[in-house]
Amino acid sequence: MENRPLEYDYTIAKMFMLTTIVLGIVGMLIGVVLAFQLAFPGINLFLGEGLAEYTNFSRLRPLHTDAVIFGFTLSGVFATWYYVGQRVLKVSMAESKLLMILGKVHFWLYLAVVAAVVVSLFAGVTTSKEYAEFEWPIDIGVVLVWVIWGVGMFGLIGIRREKSLYISIWYYIATFLGIAMLYLFNNMEIPTMLATSDVGESGIGAWYHSVSMYSGTNDALVQWWYGHNAVAFGFTVPIVAMIYYFLPKESGQAIYSYKLSLLSFWGLMFVYLWAGGHHLLYSTVPDWMQTMGSIFSVILILPSWGSAINMLLTMKGEWQQVAASPLIKFMILASTFYMFSTLEGPIQAIKSVNAIAHFTDWIIGHVHDGVLGWVGFMIMAALYHMAPRVFKREIYSKSLMVAQFWIQTLGVVLYFTSMWIAGITQGMMWRAHDEFGNLAYSFIDTVTVLHPYYAIRGVGGLLYLVGFLMFAYNIYKTMSARPVEAGELQSASPMGA
Amino acid sequence: MDIAQLQAYGYFALTTVLVIGLYGYIYHLYSKKKDVDGIDYESYSDMALKDDIDDTPVSSISDEKVTREGVKEK
Repeated sequence: MENRPLEYDYTIAKMFMLTTIVLGIVGMLIGVVLAFQLAFPGINLFLGEGLAEYTNFSRLRPLHTDAVIFGFTLSGVFATWYYVGQRVLKVSMAESKLLMILGKVHFWLYLAVVAAVVVSLFAGVTTSKEYAEFEWPIDIGVVLVWVIWGVGMFGLIGIRREKSLYISIWYYIATFLGIAMLYLFNNMEIPTMLATSDVGESGIGAWYHSVSMYSGTNDALVQWWYGHNAVAFGFTVPIVAMIYYFLPKESGQAIYSYKLSLLSFWGLMFVYLWAGGHHLLYSTVPDWMQTMGSIFSVILILPSWGSAINMLLTMKGEWQQVAASPLIKFMILASTFYMFSTLEGPIQAIKSVNAIAHFTDWIIGHVHDGVLGWVGFMIMAALYHMAPRVFKREIYSKSLMVAQFWIQTLGVVLYFTSMWIAGITQGMMWRAHDEFGNLAYSFIDTVTVLHPYYAIRGVGGLLYLVGFLMFAYNIYKTMSARPVEAGELQSASPMGA
Repeated sequence: MDIAQLQAYGYFALTTVLVIGLYGYIYHLYSKKKDVDGIDYESYSDMALKDDIDDTPVSSISDEKVTREGVKEK
């Protein structure tokens, strides 16, 4: 044993790969149920009247968003960190017992927090803040999970052999610091049991209930500073970290411009934090803050496209790989959708466009072309790249990957086109009025008109879920296949070769 | 001058400093092309491409560790 050559240790990466897949299925399945509930309201009662409390839209909705954000995506971020981190720092987790223990504690505590979230949200226990629904005991668990990840991350960086930090590491560090700051400030809350009412009652409400430390407009401002930057540091920054590693690695091409990657990084860090105000256009927050949110959102196109174009140009002269390799297809589509949604977002943030888009389904469409097209595709591509290397087996089926790619692409296209039409129709109908200023339509008129688009969205979501199940099956069959010799595997990848 | 005015001037000054810093950094990257260790920024792409545990680091954190790695290789 003593003379065994040093190898990277993927134990923790494998654990998080498993939760990425399981929580992805859970989150997307609930999403599909929700989509069909909107199109066909009877589905709210699909388990009968008695269980309606647990199956209605409002109870399931936070479960969908939180399962996808904090379950699927975060697991993917952790899984790739425990893979990419070791490799680009050229240090193995196996070299430090402490880091291995921290990694395992990180995983199991994360799983415990996920279980607490699922149970509490199903039970209807929530702070009612979007994407920050967890009550204070769970928040403490989340902070612990995060701190342990951070200690493990900086521990690994501390024992590295490579002096410089690869661009992906910068993005992982930014994810850690960004979410830490956002989560702490937005979840400042006071347990109601510590409060005393005007008439002297104390110990109000259940022990786990709390109220936000902020109120009114201030609460909205902090909430959307958090909400928008959760998109930044959960859905953008760590996914950029992934593509900067996995696309060059899978294609065998060096990043088109490493310098561009550095300046895009600082540009993104500089601009993103100020853009959250665009969620509160035409609200009670100060006008200058709304304008600032709009302007910074438009400027955000530059650093976002800096990364996306850098990725596309990395394939310069090697475009035949897109046709040959299903894995490259996933990543190129991901970066294309990244460009697309980082152009769409700023357009929606322009005040005059927002006057039509705000509160409509166009926003839902925007979120989903970002998350399904960019985040989902990139995480699946990352796991496909990692699977043969961590399990030391060939990918089970390349043709299944190709079929999955086209089914999911069709799903995403159906999703965002139906939501565009629905959203703009909705926005126009809400604003329409006659010559005396009376509204032309009532709310139910819009619902009737939107029904077919809601049905199409449900089908789009279902196709994506079917593709995700194909992905899960492919990974499962890869895990359980015959192991191959290391040498044999090396020559069998990258996929397109 | 009240606090709101001070905040506004402070905010403007901070934004200006950050903009100058960012553009200065971009100018540095493209004019110098190399970092303080004399390594071309573009060669850092190799950190991903040559990332096996026994690959040579682009710039090693210490010679001692490389030697140790070398010994293990044998």
